[in-house]
Amino acid sequence: MDVDLKIRIGSMEMKNPVTVASGTFGYGPEYAELVDLNRLGAITVKGIGPMETLGNPTPRTFETRGGMLNAIGLPGPGAEGFIKKYIPFLKQYDVPVIVNIWGKAMEDYGTVVEMLDGEDTVSAYEINLSCPNVKEGGSAFGTDTDSFSRVVELVRGKTQKPIIPKLAPNVPDLGKFAKAAEDCGADAISIMNTMPAMAIDIETLEPELANRTGGLSGPAIKPIAIKLVWDAAKATNLPIIGMGGIFEPEDAIEFMLAGASAVAVGTANFSDPSTIVRVIDGIEGYLIKKGHGSAADIVGMVKA
Amino acid sequence: MMKQEKATVAGHDNFQGEYRILRLAAPAVGSLVRPGQFLELMVPRLGERILRRPFSIYKADAQGVSILYKTVGRGTDAMRAIKPGDKVDIVGPLGNGFPTLGSGKVPVLVAGGYGNAALYLKAKESPAKGIAFFGGRTAQDILCVEEFEALGWDVRPTTDDGSLGTKGLVTAAFDPWMAEQENIQALELFVCGPNPMLKAMGDRAIEHGFTAWLSMDKNMACGVGACLTCVIKRRTETGWEWARCCKDGPVFESREIIWER
Repeated sequence: MDVDLKIRIGSMEMKNPVTVASGTFGYGPEYAELVDLNRLGAITVKGIGPMETLGNPTPRTFETRGGMLNAIGLPGPGAEGFIKKYIPFLKQYDVPVIVNIWGKAMEDYGTVVEMLDGEDTVSAYEINLSCPNVKEGGSAFGTDTDSFSRVVELVRGKTQKPIIPKLAPNVPDLGKFAKAAEDCGADAISIMNTMPAMAIDIETLEPELANRTGGLSGPAIKPIAIKLVWDAAKATNLPIIGMGGIFEPEDAIEFMLAGASAVAVGTANFSDPSTIVRVIDGIEGYLIKKGHGSAADIVGMVKA
Repeated sequence: MMKQEKATVAGHDNFQGEYRILRLAAPAVGSLVRPGQFLELMVPRLGERILRRPFSIYKADAQGVSILYKTVGRGTDAMRAIKPGDKVDIVGPLGNGFPTLGSGKVPVLVAGGYGNAALYLKAKESPAKGIAFFGGRTAQDILCVEEFEALGWDVRPTTDDGSLGTKGLVTAAFDPWMAEQENIQALELFVCGPNPMLKAMGDRAIEHGFTAWLSMDKNMACGVGACLTCVIKRRTETGWEWARCCKDGPVFESREIIWER
């Protein structure tokens, strides 16, 4: 039996609903020897700002029960560096590339898109409005609906390519942001970024991260993410890319049942690089087992 | 080239004192290893801890790899339960490893504790053999002396408590030896051990104008250069940049490193 795994986000067609969470897969080459990149529904690259940036001091990550904290702080080559260093590599693959974009000031988001938009290899933009680890921008834009809308509108005005705002989990009413994204012309939304979190070394009395606080990812946040996807699915008709602690195919299926059209594997890439392919195959196996003809059939099927 | 492989545990034994050796049947990874590389191991039964643990590769051949480790935390503690026949998921070989000995250079190995596990393949491969300085807290922390001697190396142990070899840090044996060398600039050091030892050797390399390859250790998550956890400051022409210990290292030349704290 043939199952249709394809999904569409605006003009971007994914051969299956599985991508990677920005920041957990580098820019592609890092995992190319371990993962057949052509199997992915899309490659989502680490956040790109307008300029080259260094990120935070170390320690930048800390393992916790069921997850990890990170405060990497968005180091990266900037838009120009990304084009020079990674586009030639990414071009070789038959996979859409979603570029996660971020800025310190609102105009930065527009600048990055202007710099990248001429590149055919760039298929879509995920707008990072929710990074908990940079002082300016990031989460400040993602936790206030007015500035959230202004950034999404600004980016919308700069490109015809699909735009996908990434929502912060730490807001009282996620549905409002989902709705705002839809009203501002977004093509999809991703849910969720990491959860602001902290850990302390009780001997030295120092926070475990140099940045003091960071974002929690991994299995520990999965139930939170499932609920947020479910909330958002009721508030908007936009496709949702669900993520947060997907380690097994069953996790991804749960996201889809909650209302996600696509999913992203994040922290699991660090523990087991074979996760992505396992998740793709597992979704297909589940659809066959349950007698569904397409991945779209199970989106939002939770009886709730 | 790196691989992900489900290795079969071929042996897991006490080595000496608190040290254990884990031998893995892993032909895909084993046949790719160069001296100074490492692997990332998913520790079975580590409960809700989700990250792999990095280990220097001690020995490797077409059949597999072995690692020499000591219980230092939650991960290595859980490893004690690994039994022959178990399956263990590894990713490797990772990192750049040690470069080939320069022509006309005099090789010197310097290790702290089980840091010499990372030097064994280098010791074996090196076309010229020389002196190996091994430091440890006690005689129990000086490992593999006979093995390095069998490869043709002259091993000079030092211990903090004087229970074996010269009493003191590795520098207590290295410094007087270095002072006797007629051509100090010809020395090429291959070093693996704790940070203060790496820095001490790096400082001497810079001061006396010889080469020192330092195998750096920094907490890691992914091991493949994606997560940017294990960065250290590397000198550039105009200042510094973050270099990834896992991918751009773990081996750096002493002059590349900007030491922090």
